[in-house]
Amino acid sequence: MSLVYQGAALFLVLNIAAGLVRVLRGPTKADRLLAVQLFGTTGTAILILFSLEMEDDAYRNLALIFALLAGIIGVIFTRYAQKPGPPPQQRITVRELD
Amino acid sequence: MNWIDYLTILCIIIGCFFFLAGTVGLLRLPDVFTRLHALTKADNLGLGLIALGAALQVGSVAELIKLGLIWALVLVTGATVAHLIAHSALKQGEKPWQKTP
Repeated sequence: MSLVYQGAALFLVLNIAAGLVRVLRGPTKADRLLAVQLFGTTGTAILILFSLEMEDDAYRNLALIFALLAGIIGVIFTRYAQKPGPPPQQRITVRELD
Repeated sequence: MNWIDYLTILCIIIGCFFFLAGTVGLLRLPDVFTRLHALTKADNLGLGLIALGAALQVGSVAELIKLGLIWALVLVTGATVAHLIAHSALKQGEKPWQKTP
């Protein structure tokens, strides 16, 4: 029984690692915001699985707080992404630094 | 290992399968808006099934309410953040992906 919980938690951690590919590759800012939402939900699931394996109720409290924080962070990142970036002429490319 | 344990294992395995489906959709779909669909739906379902599997194992009503609250919170915040992300992407000029014949 404990093996199932540990195996499922490991599988979810691998899912998070696969989501990091989208963070690196994602062409737009919204793609990276998506991946943060994935991390929040998957982290909550991992914490629930931990609470089942350790038979400790404290992990479920942690999962509740994590779900709250993930929502708040999603809202903050979206508001941050809406600020305009630097104007195109002033962006420094790597070639100009040489 | 009685039938409740088998049911819990089944719920957790199906929940992990939904998480896998959401991650595959995140990696393979062509556009931000389609990825949003895949991610929020699959993650909510996956978390709901894992919470259901956990609800079969806990002993008291307070823990049941806590698990239901976790699921409802993730549902509501997931839907809200998905709307916000889609709105912000649309305002920044992302065009939805069209299938080129």
